[in-house]
Amino acid sequence: MKLTKEEKAMLAGEMGEPKRWAIEHMLRVGQVFDAPDLVPVSQAHMMGDTESLGGAGVEFLESLASHPEEQRHVSVPMITDPRGVDLSYYKELGQTETMAELERRTIAACEKLGILMTDTCINYQTVMPPVLGDNVAFGDTGVVIYSNSVLGARSNFEGGPSALAAGLSGRTPRYGLHLDQNRKATKRFVVRHQPVGLTDWGILGGLIGRLSGSYWEVPVVEGLQMIPTSDQLKHFGAAMASFGSTPLFHLVGITPEAQTLDDVCGDIIPDAQDITRKDLEAFQGDFGAKGDKVDVVVFAAPQLSLVEMSQVADLISGKRIHKDTSLIVCTSPGVAADCDRMGLTDRIEASGAKVLRGTCFYNQYARELGEANNWKSLLSNSAKIVNIISGYGYQPALASMEVCIDSAIAGEIV
Amino acid sequence: MKTELKCHKGTGSKVQGEALVANDNFSARYDLDRIKGIFSRPAHKLVGQSYVDKILVLNTAKGGVASAWMLHEMKARGIAPKAILFNSANTILVQGAALADMTLCDRFEDGDITTLIKTGDQVVVDPELGLVSILPEA
Repeated sequence: MKLTKEEKAMLAGEMGEPKRWAIEHMLRVGQVFDAPDLVPVSQAHMMGDTESLGGAGVEFLESLASHPEEQRHVSVPMITDPRGVDLSYYKELGQTETMAELERRTIAACEKLGILMTDTCINYQTVMPPVLGDNVAFGDTGVVIYSNSVLGARSNFEGGPSALAAGLSGRTPRYGLHLDQNRKATKRFVVRHQPVGLTDWGILGGLIGRLSGSYWEVPVVEGLQMIPTSDQLKHFGAAMASFGSTPLFHLVGITPEAQTLDDVCGDIIPDAQDITRKDLEAFQGDFGAKGDKVDVVVFAAPQLSLVEMSQVADLISGKRIHKDTSLIVCTSPGVAADCDRMGLTDRIEASGAKVLRGTCFYNQYARELGEANNWKSLLSNSAKIVNIISGYGYQPALASMEVCIDSAIAGEIV
Repeated sequence: MKTELKCHKGTGSKVQGEALVANDNFSARYDLDRIKGIFSRPAHKLVGQSYVDKILVLNTAKGGVASAWMLHEMKARGIAPKAILFNSANTILVQGAALADMTLCDRFEDGDITTLIKTGDQVVVDPELGLVSILPEA
C-alpha cells in the first residue's frame, strides 16, 4: 500500500504508539482487500459495547489510552455506538457489577482518547449526518447502510478496532464502498406491494438483504410509490444489513446516487426480481403467531428517534402493561434527554415500561438479561432484532408498534 | 495425495487444524455461545457443535460489526477457532482477525470452499501465500 510521508512517520512510531498501531492495523486489513492507499475520513463512529469488547478489548483500549495526550487523542471527530450497560438502570435489569465495572473502564479509556460518548446507532439522525461523497469510518451496520445509501456517504462496515484506527489516524484503507466500482447495483428488485409502517419497511429490507446475501452485493430497488421517511429507511436499511450483511442500497428516484436506474448500473442492467405481498407475508411468517405468550416487548435496533418515542408515548399513554410482561424502549442519551424535557419518558414509563438510554437491547448482554429476568419469548417491531436474538436463547416474534404495545398490555401476541 | 487450494492473500499466521465445515454463514454475535464455545443459533447448520481450535469453513460473513471485537475477545480467552475460511469474507471479520491475529482467508480459485473441504479434514492454512492444503488421511 502506498503511504504518504505523514503516514510513514506514523508507522515508524514518530507520532506515538496509538497512531503506529492504527497504521499497522490498516495495512493488515488493506492487504486483504487490495487497498491501494489510505483515504482521509471526516469522522469515525465506534462500536464498543463491553459484551463484545470483553476484558481483552477493554485492556486494549486502556493500553492505547495510557499514552501521552498528544499521542492518544483522536485526529477526527469520533463518536460511539450504544453501550452494553445503562449505568442508571443496570441493577434493576439483573446486570452485574462486573459488567458495570467493565463499562466504566471503557468509558474512561474512550474519554482519554478524546472520543465523544454519544452511545448511539442513530447518529445520522441526531449527531452529524455525513454528506454526499463524504468518506467516513462508521461502525454499526445500520449506521453504515443508511449513511451510504440515503446520504451518499462512503463507509465500509468498520468494526470497533478499525473505526478506532480510523479515528486515531484520520484515515481508512481505500477499498470496498470508498470505490466507485463497488457502489454499482448488482441485484435489482421491483416492489409490487407497498410497505406502510416501520415493520413493513423492516420486512422489505430484511427480505432484500436475505436475497442479496453478501457484503459485496448492491441491491437497487424500483416500484416504491412514495418518498419514505428517515425512520422508515432506518428500519429498511438496518434489517437489510442484518439479514444480508449488505452495506448499500439504491432506491430509484429516491436515494441520491440513483436518480435513474442507469445512474447505478454499469454496462449491464441486472435482471429484475419482483417482491410480492406473498413474499413479504412468508418472511414475517417465520416470526411468531397470535396467542403466543410474550415475556418481553422490545423497541430497539435501531434506537428510537424522537418521533418514534412520541409515537410510543401516544400509543401507551394512560395504559398499563401486563404484570408478566416487560416493555423495554432503547434510545440515545441525547434523545432521552429531549424525551425527559418533553414529558415523553414519564408518559411511557407510567405504563410500567422502561426507557433505557445509550444501550440497545441486543448488545447489552442479551443472554444474561434473558436468564436474569426469565425472558424467553420476545416481541419487537424491529426486523433486525428478531434476526439477531435467537442466538441468545430467545424465541422472537415480529409485529407492528401498535400490535407490540397491545400485546404488552395483553401479555400475549394479539 | 495432498490437495492444494489457492485463495486471496489473507491475514494471520500459518496454522494447521481440523476442519469444521458448513454451507452456512457466520456472525460471532448471532450464531455463537462464546462462553461454551459452541454454535448456539438454532437455525445454524453447526448448532451444538464446538468451534474451539477448529478451522471453520463457511460461506460468508453476515450481520453486525460486533464480530470484530469478539474475535479478539475469544482469542484472548483461548476459546476460539484456529482459522476461518470463507468463500467471501466481509470487512468486519477481516478487521477482527487482523486485531486478534487470527488466521483468515477467502476467495478460493477452485470454487465453493464449503464443498472442497470436508468436516474432519486436516488442513494447513498459509494466509501469506494464499494457500490452503488438505493433508492426506493418516
